[in-house]
Amino acid sequence: MASSSEGELVIDPMHQFQISPLFGGGHGELSFFSATNSTLWMAIVFIVSVALFSFGARGRSLVPTRLQSVSEIVYEFVQKMVRDTAGEEGLKYFPYIFTLFIFIFFSNMLGLIPGSFTVTSHFAVTGFLALAVFLTVTTIGFMKHGVHFLSFFVPSDAPAVMKPPLAVIELISYFVRPLSHSVRLGANMIAGHAILKVFAGFATALAIYGASVTTVPIAFLSTLVMIFMFALEVLVAAVQAYIFAMLTSIYLNDALHMH
Amino acid sequence: MEAAAAALLGKYIGAGLACLAMAGAGIGVGHVAGNYLNGALRNPAAAKEQTGFFFVGMAFAEALGLFGFVVAMILIFAV
Repeated sequence: MASSSEGELVIDPMHQFQISPLFGGGHGELSFFSATNSTLWMAIVFIVSVALFSFGARGRSLVPTRLQSVSEIVYEFVQKMVRDTAGEEGLKYFPYIFTLFIFIFFSNMLGLIPGSFTVTSHFAVTGFLALAVFLTVTTIGFMKHGVHFLSFFVPSDAPAVMKPPLAVIELISYFVRPLSHSVRLGANMIAGHAILKVFAGFATALAIYGASVTTVPIAFLSTLVMIFMFALEVLVAAVQAYIFAMLTSIYLNDALHMH
Repeated sequence: MEAAAAALLGKYIGAGLACLAMAGAGIGVGHVAGNYLNGALRNPAAAKEQTGFFFVGMAFAEALGLFGFVVAMILIFAV
């Protein structure tokens, strides 16, 4: 994050996104199968989400315990969202959307812990999630409607002359979906965490340069700003997970009901 | 000035210019929030069902600003 080299303040807010292997000194050669900090945090996200729902659903009591009501609220929240946007038919694919929501929510939230690694800050991860959604939704569309699904790209109420160019535009916007879907999540995470670390770096000015008329207010103000940014980031982490799941169900609705 | 230094200068100027994307994103997000509030105050009963679209609209507006951020990052780290 921030370090002092020969009394000079060096802020490196992008350091937190570095992928390093868990074994072999941290600076070893990365290969296709090496376990990295990204792998570790993905595993932690997996364990946390499985723990929440297996412990939450264990009691199955009529009057829910605290953990049970947390998992019930999350479940019902996502279920309502899927039903509202994709209809009753969309509920068939609810487990997938729920998994996506929980994975993204926990990786965003756990990424906020100082010193941790945000899995969703890497376009490799978000890109894969978005591409999986894209392929799934397109497959569902073709399975449900057959070749007729292609008429999704042709606006039905447009004049005949305008149909070919509009179809091209629709096709491009359809294929850009996974790009914007993944960049939205990844860039939000990178930007938010980088800003947090920039302000954290300013706050260390006090420690590096010692107390003076300039460093004390700077450190004080940036710590204050950082607290507010952190609160905002908690909101962003939840909202981005919601938006990813919401857009997935909107795309699903497009595939199921066409227009 | 050598070509390498000029390239570095251009890189950083370009990254700074990419911040202009924030202006557009700010206008967009403000529009979404303002119009949502406008509609919600006119018809508070219907506001609750539209919060989902409010967040999606926010996300679309904000994402375009973040594309500018991505361009800046590519310029600084990948070019």
